[in-house]
Amino acid sequence: MVAILKKEIIHFFGSLIGLMTIAVFLLVLGLMMWVLPDYSILNYPYASLDQLFIIAPAIFIFLVPAVTMRTFADEYTSGNFEMLRTKPITLFDIVMGKYLAALFLVSLALLPTLIYYYSVYQLGSPIGNIDGGEIAASYLALFFLAASFCAIGILSSALTRNQIVAFLMGSFLCFFFHWVFFYLSKLPVFFGRWDDLVQQLGIDHHYISMSRGVIDTRDLIYFVSFIGIFLILTILAIGKDK
Amino acid sequence: MSVEVQGVTKIYGEQRAVDNLSFEVKKGEILGFLGPNGAGKSTTMKIITGYLHADEGTTLVNGYNAVTDPVRVKSLIGYLPEHNPLYPELYVREYLRIMANIQHVSDPTRKVEEVIELTGLTRECKKRVGALSKGYRQRVGLAQALIHDPEVLILDEPTSGLDPNQLAEIRELIKSLGAEKTVIFSTHIMQEVQAICDRVVIIDRGKMVLDKPIAYLAELRIDARMVRVQFDREINMNTLKKLTGVTNIEKGEETGEYRIYSNKDVDLRPVIFRYAVDKTLVILEMQQQKSTVEDVFQYLTKK
Repeated sequence: MVAILKKEIIHFFGSLIGLMTIAVFLLVLGLMMWVLPDYSILNYPYASLDQLFIIAPAIFIFLVPAVTMRTFADEYTSGNFEMLRTKPITLFDIVMGKYLAALFLVSLALLPTLIYYYSVYQLGSPIGNIDGGEIAASYLALFFLAASFCAIGILSSALTRNQIVAFLMGSFLCFFFHWVFFYLSKLPVFFGRWDDLVQQLGIDHHYISMSRGVIDTRDLIYFVSFIGIFLILTILAIGKDK
Repeated sequence: MSVEVQGVTKIYGEQRAVDNLSFEVKKGEILGFLGPNGAGKSTTMKIITGYLHADEGTTLVNGYNAVTDPVRVKSLIGYLPEHNPLYPELYVREYLRIMANIQHVSDPTRKVEEVIELTGLTRECKKRVGALSKGYRQRVGLAQALIHDPEVLILDEPTSGLDPNQLAEIRELIKSLGAEKTVIFSTHIMQEVQAICDRVVIIDRGKMVLDKPIAYLAELRIDARMVRVQFDREINMNTLKKLTGVTNIEKGEETGEYRIYSNKDVDLRPVIFRYAVDKTLVILEMQQQKSTVEDVFQYLTKK
């Protein structure tokens, strides 16, 4: 598992695409948060990073599948999947290695945003007038969101030999599981009866609940089981066709 | 017993890619695995490695079953697939290091240097895999198969696309590896089998055609004999056909060149000579073709 994880990370940085993906993510995020006026922190009367946690999920819908799209699709087309399957490692090792590598890389993309925290901390009046606890919880929520998106992305890549298809499928599924349940709950069928339940199926609901600063076990259980289900599906997907 | 294949069948849709195939390879034996394209060689090899599962029958490596004990079987095998997939973006050392880690090699740095030396990669080991020529890429493939010192080597057409010098080197390498390891390798080239194998298995359309020690091939005679003859001018092929013992005639590529076939116990050369004297033809060249292993192969897999 560790060997696969290392391989994925070396491989990711071995090609420029990896660094490009992270650079583009940071560029878009930086522009949205500091330069373009609509969401700019500098136009906002409070010292907070709310904008980051509103924008980041939307960008993650594209960033995470871009990071994960090649994980299996590329191995299928190059024939290296056959190679890996003749090595003394289990399907679980392969999937977990690749999943943790993807999660590591996405977290790596998130790491430079800590500079934003420092900037806002310094810009506050007086200095340090910022709710650190809430921001820490929001980061944790964003991490779990990224972890869920990674699981979706890995499954999408396992289902096809084509990286582009993996990317599009991954983006769509991330979008679907993040937002669609919230809007579905507004349908007359559900509204007033099951809308609460339907909303709780979406990642969005748990993400917002966790970013408020309350670490609720229900949210944790949701994220962990969401990730677990997608990884099990991935193992099933790559284990078929014997 | 090192590798046992017992009644293995693999079905793709309607087609039986491998059909009730059984053979054994002992420790220290080099087995040449032959067959025309699509005969099921690669499928059989993939089943032995545990990548594919047989629909019927079992394969054992050192007594371990590929289906029920996959991790153990895989750690005993070094496998070079037919298309030799590598990661072109990685450097040679980097790639071998990763493969060593995946195989849980205890001292990867030392082992990587060892296989680089063994496979003759020393000169090229500072390059990216993608920048190597086909021959060197094949060596990298072989190096990754050897990285964990496997007891069984399964090489799917390891010598395809190599130049004659590389060919000789890789054959030499396989032969020396065969002293301690069990080697199964597939190929199209019959001389290769004669040069390095202890035993040969020929399959065709998934079925066993021949499973014999290599010495057997030399003794094997084919039903037909052929005389290649070149006269100084073109002749009427029908007059040749009337000669006693001639079963078939083909026109050769050059002017006046013919290939004349007979049954295996007939020597056509005196007959052709007398024919030439009668017709006042000059024989420029005449040669009786001995049955080569190539013919054996073609003969066995033609029907």
